Amino acid sequence: MDLKKIYEKIGFPRLIIASFLIVLLITAAILNIPLSGIWQDIFTRFGMNAILVLAMVPSIQSGIGINFNLPLGVIFGLIGALVSIELGLSGLSSFLVALAVAVPLAIVAGYLYGLMLNKVKGQEMTVGNYVGFSVVSFMCIFWLVAPFRSPELTWAMGGTGLRVTLSMESSMGGLLDNFLAFRIGATKIPTGLLLTFAILATIVWIFSKSKKGTAMRVAGSSEAFATSNGVNVDKQRLLGIVLSTVLAAIGIIVYSQSFGFLQLYNAPLYVALPAAASILIGGASLKKAKILHVIIGTFLFQGLLVVALPVINIISEGSMAEIIRIIISNGIILYALTRKAGDAA
Amino acid sequence: MIVPVVFLVICVIGFFFSGLPLNFLFNEMVFRLSRNLILVMSLIIPVITGMGLNFGIVLGAMAGQIGLIIIMNYGIGGIGGFFLAILLSTPAAIFFGYLVGKVLNKAKGKEMITSMILGFFANGLYQLVFIVMAGSIIPFSNKNMLMSTGVGLRNTIDLNIIRKSLDGFLFKDMTIYPIATLIITALLFVALYFFLKTKLGQEMRAVGQNMHIASVSGINVDRTRIIAIIISTVLAAWGQIVYLQNMGTLNTYNNHEQVGLFAVASLLIGGASVDKASWKEALLGTFLFHLLFIISPLAGQNLMGNAQIGEYFRVFIAYGVIGLALLLHAWEKNKARTQLSDI
Repeated sequence: MDLKKIYEKIGFPRLIIASFLIVLLITAAILNIPLSGIWQDIFTRFGMNAILVLAMVPSIQSGIGINFNLPLGVIFGLIGALVSIELGLSGLSSFLVALAVAVPLAIVAGYLYGLMLNKVKGQEMTVGNYVGFSVVSFMCIFWLVAPFRSPELTWAMGGTGLRVTLSMESSMGGLLDNFLAFRIGATKIPTGLLLTFAILATIVWIFSKSKKGTAMRVAGSSEAFATSNGVNVDKQRLLGIVLSTVLAAIGIIVYSQSFGFLQLYNAPLYVALPAAASILIGGASLKKAKILHVIIGTFLFQGLLVVALPVINIISEGSMAEIIRIIISNGIILYALTRKAGDAA
Repeated sequence: MIVPVVFLVICVIGFFFSGLPLNFLFNEMVFRLSRNLILVMSLIIPVITGMGLNFGIVLGAMAGQIGLIIIMNYGIGGIGGFFLAILLSTPAAIFFGYLVGKVLNKAKGKEMITSMILGFFANGLYQLVFIVMAGSIIPFSNKNMLMSTGVGLRNTIDLNIIRKSLDGFLFKDMTIYPIATLIITALLFVALYFFLKTKLGQEMRAVGQNMHIASVSGINVDRTRIIAIIISTVLAAWGQIVYLQNMGTLNTYNNHEQVGLFAVASLLIGGASVDKASWKEALLGTFLFHLLFIISPLAGQNLMGNAQIGEYFRVFIAYGVIGLALLLHAWEKNKARTQLSDI
């Protein structure tokens, strides 16, 4: 295989970001930053974010494009976690109860949202983005008046409403991270976390190979072709968005238990952007996405953030890492939006 | 006309619950209208050209802030400093507008989401320039503007030397109201009205109605679209300078972020849609949106016993109105398309 073919296979954005990551890793080694800590962070952050990135796959496959309304699923994930904390559960039972509350709610919300999206074909991303923003800002009011009473959740000083960040230490904090965790040298591998992603990714993969999944992908690739083959496009799109919303709900619960905190109010506002950036960095386009794109993209994007922080803190100013994150994540989305439909980013 | 009426009703109900005195409300509204109208107006031309709501005016606001940062660095105040800032920001805004137009031409049909992401992206570059490079690579003679480390601009910069320089211009001794600002705003609105009657303005309308037909009839579509965005960006830069001279402080890293959101929400509350907007909607919408802005925290306080609810409520209104307007517009368009194919 000649070089040009390899270059085309890897793609320009991945080449740039992968080489940037390698340069940063070498710099980290030169600067004597302990690499074991960096690898541990990369694995943990990969596991935390990968499910949210995975949520993009069904929505892209069913032809809706990037699901900018990821916050919708996230909100119901948060509600699930809140209910389980309110009930005072801990350990595995709190995790399962959170899922049991979140998933049905996410299915209903995703279904209704899908019905709406079927009315606005071609403008899903713009509409979805602002519907997501409205939902998040509406829920800000809900968090203030929500009927939760547990002292873990409400403000300590007799105030009403939920706190902005809630500790999950007494409920499910670190549950998956510590499950079957083992050490290679000084690096702790969060087995349970990675396993959860692997299970969900496998389910999505098997689904996309099944008859139903194939129909969904056909609906996504060409509406006219799908209709002429007897595929009900609207139904497939509904399926795609419900799956995406459910994955987002599960994703935020897994994220929060690893992070150790539940973030309410404006926090869900921008969950969709890093997830979108990750899958696009991984090689997906607005029309095509695979599990492999999720894995590559999340690894590159999170790896970059993890390595950039300590390195840049030494050679430059602290805020530089955050600035790089903003430029890269929005730059890659912009790049994908300005491609012709179907071209990989 | 249903949208403005609904918001008028909400405002009237909110007004009774807020318990605000009428003359306080009047004064506040005059100032709010004078400082926001140009920003809202900057959205009209891209809407007419069929590019939807230009969230890229964030870049225009950045250009305006760059102009202000330069005059603050050299300490040039007063009305002279104000016009110098306008003069300096204009080439920057033209350049930014050109780039935005180029990008949006590559994303036809997805202009709104693209211009919004473009705003976020530009914000990253803006921070790169003013947090990392300012003071280290870009020399600043006014050390008071820099953080104590000598690198990066402060989060807030006091614009005391040009504070109310335009508002108080000429009529300062007669009245407290910003007469000069209102006159300039009115002049810009008149200029916009006549601009849309010129050949270029008519070409923009043609492009807005149907790009394909416009291009067949000999209009250079891409060029027209770029010009529309340039005008919008320049107006946004001027609007931001007018806004900030009234406020008197520059929040270096936050002021421009919400510009797109609030201006777009204002225009839509006035009854504009993604492909139809005029000065009437801009005026009415800015009035209603800011009325809501003043009364909602107090109404929330008195109604629910929590001012925070009102705060969140107005953010919800801003996002909700945009979401709803985009939804209804896409819905209508979809219906039209299905009917055509049914025949």
